[in-house]
Amino acid sequence: MFDLTPDELTAIHLSLRIALVATAAALPFGIAVAWLLARKRFVGKALLDGLVHLPLVLPPVVTGYLLLITFGRRAPVGRFLYETFGIVLSFRWTGAALACAVMGFPLLVRAIRLSIEAIDRRLEQAAATLGAPRRWVFLTVTLPLALPGVVAGVVLCFAKALGEFGATITFVSNIPGETQTISAAIYTYTQVPAGDAPALRLVIVAIILSLVALVASEWLARRAGARIHGE
Amino acid sequence: MLRVEVEKRFGDFPIVAKFETVGNATALFGPSGSGKTTIVNMIAGLVRPDRGRIAIDDEVLFDSGRRIDVPPHRRRIGYVFQEGRLLPHLSVKNNLEYGRFMAGIKRDGEETKRIIDLLALGNLLMRRPGKLSGGERQRVAIGRALLMRPRLLLLDEPLASLDVARKREILPYLMRLTDEGIPLIYVSHHAPEIKRLANAVVLIEGGHVVGKGGVDVLDRIDPDMLG
Repeated sequence: MFDLTPDELTAIHLSLRIALVATAAALPFGIAVAWLLARKRFVGKALLDGLVHLPLVLPPVVTGYLLLITFGRRAPVGRFLYETFGIVLSFRWTGAALACAVMGFPLLVRAIRLSIEAIDRRLEQAAATLGAPRRWVFLTVTLPLALPGVVAGVVLCFAKALGEFGATITFVSNIPGETQTISAAIYTYTQVPAGDAPALRLVIVAIILSLVALVASEWLARRAGARIHGE
Repeated sequence: MLRVEVEKRFGDFPIVAKFETVGNATALFGPSGSGKTTIVNMIAGLVRPDRGRIAIDDEVLFDSGRRIDVPPHRRRIGYVFQEGRLLPHLSVKNNLEYGRFMAGIKRDGEETKRIIDLLALGNLLMRRPGKLSGGERQRVAIGRALLMRPRLLLLDEPLASLDVARKREILPYLMRLTDEGIPLIYVSHHAPEIKRLANAVVLIEGGHVVGKGGVDVLDRIDPDMLG
C-alpha cells in the first residue's frame, strides 16, 4: 500500500517546503523578540508578549482570518506588498508559510527566551572586559549559550508548521499543488468515498516526519548542551 | 596611575571610595561585604557609579560631571573574577585568544607561548573549562586577562574559591605577575596573601576607605575589623 501517488508526494513536498521556509523566516525574528523579552524593559513589553502568544490561544481559524483581512490582495498590507514588490501571499504557498510561521512563532520565542534567561550574565560581563563590544558578546557568548533553546524552538516551530491546518486553510485555502499540505490533503481524503487508503498513507508519513523531528531535536539539543558544559 | 573617586548607593549602603594607586601592586583589603568588589566593578565599567571620576594616567574612564563613561570593552582593563568566568563553550585555547581577537591584537606566537609557559597552561589548551580543576581555571583566567595586554589588571579574590592546596598552587603564579610590568589591583580579605603580593594597601570597611599605605598598615589594623 505504500506507493505514494504523485498528488500525495506533492503534498508531502509542499508541507516540508512550507515548514522549512516558515521556520527559517521566523528564526531571526524569533531570536530578536526572545532577546527583547528576556533582556529589555520597555513600554509595551506586556503587549508584545501578548501579541506573540496570541496565536497559541486564539482559534487557528481566527488567526487565519486575521491574516486574510491583513494580507489578502485587497487588504491594506496585502495590496501594498503586491503593488510595491509584486508579492502575493493569499492562496499561495508563501502565504501558507506565513501562516505557519505566525502559528509556530510563540513556540519558537518561548524556547529561545527561556534559554536566554538562563544564561549567566556574568559571562557576558567577562566577555565585555575582554574587549568584546555588545553585538560580539551577543554573537559569541549569548547566542552559543542559548543554542539548546534555539534548537528546541526551531524543532517545535517546524513541527507546528508541518501540522498546521486551521490558519493555513483559512488564509490560503486548500489548493492541490499550491497550498495543499499533508494535513489539508488528509482532510480532503476524509471527505471523499475512496479516501481511506491515501489518508492513511499520509497519516503514516506525518507520524514518521514528526518522530524524526523529535529524535533529531533530542540529539541536537544533547549535542549543544554537551558543547556548553564542556564535554 | 589609577585615580578613583566614586560614590555609589545600593539601598541603604553607600560606597564612597577615594584613592589612587602608588606602585604597581595595590591591594584593596577589607572584610567581605565591605564593597571591594563593587569598587573593582566600577573600575572595570561593569557597575556605574552615581557620581565621581575614574582615570588611568591622563585618560578619563568615567566622569559624571563631564558625562564620560567609557564602556567596559573599551577600557582595556583585565579582570580576573573570583569564579574565573571562563566561557564554558570555548576551549581553553579559545578562551585565551578571545580577548586578543576582540581587541584586534595581532596573533603573537611568542607572547602567547610565554604566557602559556608562565602559567603552565600547555597541556590544558584543548580542554573545556568544565573539565578543569578550580586552580587550573583560575590560571586560565589570569592568562586570558594577560593576553589581551591590559593596562591594568584587576584580581578579585582569585584565590577565595580555592582550597589551601590550590591556593599554594596559584600563589607563585600571582607573584610572577608583578614582574609582568602591568599594574595590578588585588582584592582580598586575607592579609598574608597581600603581604606577599602587594606593595601598597587601601583599607576598605563599610563601603569607605579607612586607611592606606604600605603593606605595614596591615600590622596596625584592629584584628576585629575582619570580624
